[in-house]
Amino acid sequence: MFPVSFTSVHGQSAELLRTLLALSFRIKNDPSRYSAVLKNRTVLQMFVENSTRTRMSFEAAVRKLGGSSIGFSSSGSSVKKGETLLDTARVILQYGVDGIVLRHSSAGAPEWIAHATVRPVINAGDGAREHPTQALLDAFTLAEHWQSKGTANFRGRSVLILGDTLHSRVARSNLHFLAALGARVILCGPATLTIRDRSLFPEFEVVSFPDRILSEVDAVMVLRIQHERQSSGAIPSLREYRHFWGLTRERASALKEDAVILHPGPVNRGVEIDSEVADSPRSLILNQVENGVYVRMAVLARFVGGLEA
Amino acid sequence: MKLIKNARVVDPSQTLDDIRDVLVENRTIRALERPGSFDSTPVQETTDANGLVLTPGFIDVHVHLREPGFESKETIASGARAAIRGGFTSIAPMANTEPVNDHAAITRLILEKAALADLCRVFPIGAVTRGQKGEELAEIGLMAEAGIRALSDDGMPVMNSQVMRQAMEYASMFDLPVISHAEDLNLSRGAPVTEGAVSSLFGWRGNPNASEEIMVAREIALARLTGARVHIAHISTREGVELVRRAKESGLAITAEVTPHHLLLNELDLLKTAHSCTHHQPRADFRMAPPLRSERDQDALLEGLRAGVIDMVASDHAPHGCVDKDVEFEMAANGILGLQTTVPLLLGLVREGRLSLSRMIESLTVAPARLLGLRGLGTLRPGAEADLVLLDLNEPWELLPAAIESISKNSPFLGRRFQGRVKRTMVGGSWK
Repeated sequence: MFPVSFTSVHGQSAELLRTLLALSFRIKNDPSRYSAVLKNRTVLQMFVENSTRTRMSFEAAVRKLGGSSIGFSSSGSSVKKGETLLDTARVILQYGVDGIVLRHSSAGAPEWIAHATVRPVINAGDGAREHPTQALLDAFTLAEHWQSKGTANFRGRSVLILGDTLHSRVARSNLHFLAALGARVILCGPATLTIRDRSLFPEFEVVSFPDRILSEVDAVMVLRIQHERQSSGAIPSLREYRHFWGLTRERASALKEDAVILHPGPVNRGVEIDSEVADSPRSLILNQVENGVYVRMAVLARFVGGLEA
Repeated sequence: MKLIKNARVVDPSQTLDDIRDVLVENRTIRALERPGSFDSTPVQETTDANGLVLTPGFIDVHVHLREPGFESKETIASGARAAIRGGFTSIAPMANTEPVNDHAAITRLILEKAALADLCRVFPIGAVTRGQKGEELAEIGLMAEAGIRALSDDGMPVMNSQVMRQAMEYASMFDLPVISHAEDLNLSRGAPVTEGAVSSLFGWRGNPNASEEIMVAREIALARLTGARVHIAHISTREGVELVRRAKESGLAITAEVTPHHLLLNELDLLKTAHSCTHHQPRADFRMAPPLRSERDQDALLEGLRAGVIDMVASDHAPHGCVDKDVEFEMAANGILGLQTTVPLLLGLVREGRLSLSRMIESLTVAPARLLGLRGLGTLRPGAEADLVLLDLNEPWELLPAAIESISKNSPFLGRRFQGRVKRTMVGGSWK
């Protein structure tokens, strides 16, 4: 049988997503119980696009599960020397790996590598398509927070995704994930940076400017704005972006009292979000980072360790 | 003399669809008559074509043969073998070789290699601009003398309207059509798929229909200005078809071609190409320019072909090796094989009742012969060149890599089961 990969949220059943959330909670409650799930297993950390945070998070997760990692980043590999990625993958397979964590600038690469290597592949971000473990950790962080306030139910909750959704794998994975859990999702950002065709997505709303919607939402997911969006002509300037879409102190004050703020990082302080908002009590940004390790443990345990939750 | 007996002859050039015996003398068609008419004529060879369809040899106005320069993908000889296997007796290779066919010496080299291969006829297309750079005109007149039949910068569309205007004016003196790959590169750069459902899902830049629409509109405006013959390559959008329809109504000399894959597939087929073990991973064998469009566009293309707004079918045969295709989808080269699948795919449409057999054959014979100015080709009138094809409309078969004559195997239709195939191909009176 072909190994099962975790390459996208799109196409997964709500049941699987809930199972992964539940496993993440169990792991966070008692990580030591899972310290041998990847014993004698090796995970290849294949980062064909630079990443510091996600890679460290995955490496920490492998270690806490008792496994070991080998890996490379594109800058130090043969990928830039003209060898095709497929050749690189085949060579690395000879070292004996039980699963692959892949970060790649090209959407769809995880399925392709899974097919070529016959190994379970965990997508750690492919182009602007998906970043499924990020969506899992976002959902986990919200669930954990809402649980502490009474109920972890997503139904009846509204989440605003604020920023450049067009180029955002975080936004795409979250659209699928949040919809599967029953939340209402609203996208907001410049028209030049907003997902247009919705035909293969679950239902979501789009508003051009955040101001009228802020008081309605239970969470704001602020996305990083890349500086190159200015040179590519999508926005006139970062200053203008902040003026209309930045989560400034003034805008944050319009939020409901119990509304929370997420950001996948790294944060451009003073551009998409003001420093004092990012550091305010309603910000769950550091919780996200911490939870990233637990949800990645859950994904690795399930898809590489074969742990049936 | 050769006699082909009892064939169902379909020749739109003489609105013929009937059982005939066909007499070939040396290189030309001598006569077509009712069965038995030539039974007392002494012939060297008799072929019984009972149950088969006989048509003029097919003409493909848009192929890439990769020689000179990229012989690891395709050579003129291997491309010609694929053409013969696919029922094409004449093919027109695009100029994007290395060096580019922007000079009479390259044109002569291509013709020489084609003559050595001695399979199908090859009518080179010359570059519009030197090096296909879109800046200075290539030596169009000298290439015309050497044998080019059309001009195109194909995948490197001329973005400068003034250059294109001059090319059209200049080409008209030599009665050469200008073939336009209508794509506004500023709108489509970096887009591996059409703008729509799939680009949105994958977060890819999309190539919007407007990219084609804008350039089709420009070519029509320039055709009106210059009086040139303008041909729109591989039209892919409903908006483009509508513009061509209106241009034709206004009396302009605009023609258009469509590829079989744009007729048969749409962008959602990218999602159905999943490897059995995973899901939603498009295969680079489904990547081409222009990209597969929406289902609405697909429907408009077939309707356009039926109605004659789209004049002809061309394969855009574009061989690429693993190094270009077995890579990340975004990095993969554009283009797929077409010479051996065009006729079977169209026969499928005929079988389903979505395209008439005579319209299909017209789009592969009369229309392309007219575009390239090929007298005596695309017809079976007595005196015409004896280029013909025998088709079995019913035989089932499966496309396997071993049957592909091209050096490259980049076809999205590998493994597809077809019904109807090319049985034999004759060029200039010789079976090939």
